[in-house]
Amino acid sequence: MNAFKDAGHLFRLAAVFVAGGMAFVGVRAFLVPKSFGQYGHYRGNAMAEIAARPVNFAGHQACEDCHADVLEKKKSGKHVHVNCEACHGPLAKHADDPGSIQPAKLDTAVLCVRCHEANIAKPKTFPQVVSADHSSGLPCDTCHQPHSPAITAEETTGGKK
Amino acid sequence: MPGVEGFMYPNEVELQWSVLIVLYPFLTGLVAGAFILASLERVFQVQAVKPTYRLALLTALAFLLVAPLPLQLHLGHPERSYEMYLTPHRTSAMAMFGFVYLWYLMAVLLLEIWLDYRRDIVVLSQSTTGWKRLIYRVMTLGSSNIDEHALAIDERVGWLVTLIGIPSAFLLHGYVGFIFGSVKANPWWSSPLMPVVFIFSAMVSGIALVMLIYMLVTWSRKEAIDMHCVDTVASYLFYTFIIDFSLEMLDLIHRIYESDESFRSLDFMVHTKLYMSHIVVQIMLGTVAPILLLALTQVLKLSEMARKRIYVLAGCLTLIGIFAMRWNVVIGGQLFSKSFLGYTTYKMGLITREGLLVAIVLMVLPLVILWVLVKLLPPWPEKSSGSLPDAAPAH
Repeated sequence: MNAFKDAGHLFRLAAVFVAGGMAFVGVRAFLVPKSFGQYGHYRGNAMAEIAARPVNFAGHQACEDCHADVLEKKKSGKHVHVNCEACHGPLAKHADDPGSIQPAKLDTAVLCVRCHEANIAKPKTFPQVVSADHSSGLPCDTCHQPHSPAITAEETTGGKK
Repeated sequence: MPGVEGFMYPNEVELQWSVLIVLYPFLTGLVAGAFILASLERVFQVQAVKPTYRLALLTALAFLLVAPLPLQLHLGHPERSYEMYLTPHRTSAMAMFGFVYLWYLMAVLLLEIWLDYRRDIVVLSQSTTGWKRLIYRVMTLGSSNIDEHALAIDERVGWLVTLIGIPSAFLLHGYVGFIFGSVKANPWWSSPLMPVVFIFSAMVSGIALVMLIYMLVTWSRKEAIDMHCVDTVASYLFYTFIIDFSLEMLDLIHRIYESDESFRSLDFMVHTKLYMSHIVVQIMLGTVAPILLLALTQVLKLSEMARKRIYVLAGCLTLIGIFAMRWNVVIGGQLFSKSFLGYTTYKMGLITREGLLVAIVLMVLPLVILWVLVKLLPPWPEKSSGSLPDAAPAH
């Protein structure tokens, strides 16, 4: 009986732990989002929230509908499989309202080297240059047309035979 | 691209884990180390380190309260970052955090401190006035029974809690090491030795921190430093450090001998981007130098003043070295490409959510909390604290 009395403070402590545990369960039920665990160990509503975000990319088809001339030019070059927005950036707003929202003019001196700067890790067959030696900082579109980048004999000789 | 050499995959260019994720293992390591030092007195009956016992427990608590803050800041959503405590889960090592943290805080540290301080709390609840009295009365849980039988029960239960606390402290920091060691996609981290290295480095940093805080606090109270105590703590620091260094070297030798496909890339990184933080700061300045300094005190008969100076210097270097170790693990593991053909650079912000200023605040905050805890629960004998007229330590 005495031992029970002398350990009384430990029973009080145990009661505090039980009360704390119950409070934790209560707070958890209140604070954890209702959709938590719906699909897995995450908030189920996050899926719908992400799906509801506005789409920034218009997609290749939207570009082709208006820019058939560029599409024709691309067909003859190596960039035929490069989507327009890979270089021009996401342009859904432009596709929705072509009149008032225009794509920014691209700086080819910066843009092209993202893919074509020489790097030993790239496949040998991939076109790559040391840009500082190749063009001395000149924009690439001084010589290459980005939609069909190979330089033809006609362009090299200025049309003279 | 500035700061990028060779070939990096697009998702590797920018580091996802910042200096705050460096702080997290550093802080939890200090907690685990401080607690293990405290357990030396309680469980292993090393009476020489008794003056540091309570200070070590309070230090562990102060740092444990701050340890999850870097994670919450890193998560970036203050409105829901607390959910990491509420939704722990067994399917992911990171999602286990809630279990590990709450177990260590509630079932080990708070319980042991309460049991050890209960007699003092009861006495203080009767001898103080005002809001302090109210705090102490709440802490007594309404029981003022401090007769010898009740205190004997506290002693036995406290011993048991400490006994459970030792593997719990190992679990706390071994868990942090496991998070890194189990990332099989990253050869810099993926090693079964990682949790063990983390545990021993935690012990090293925790012992060094408590030794420094004990010397600083005793000096600031204008009292004599118990040199027998500090000598003993320093000898434990020395021996633990040797084990820690041996384990790290074992890991290194294993990597060199194994020389898997990642070795050349990692070796290049250690000799270039990580040279200063790994070779110079972590190994030379933060490991070899303090081990040599501590070895001096073991083999030479030095004066008390010389030993004090060496302990302070070795302690500070140790903390710098262990911080560098955390830095090299966390940051180093993100500087190289999985292609093993490229390297990126970590650019730390200054006044950003995960920048230098926040890191400094998070390093200072535990010391402020410790100051409050020491004021509330004086860790030294009552005769010098002046606040416990009839109290004595419960054991």
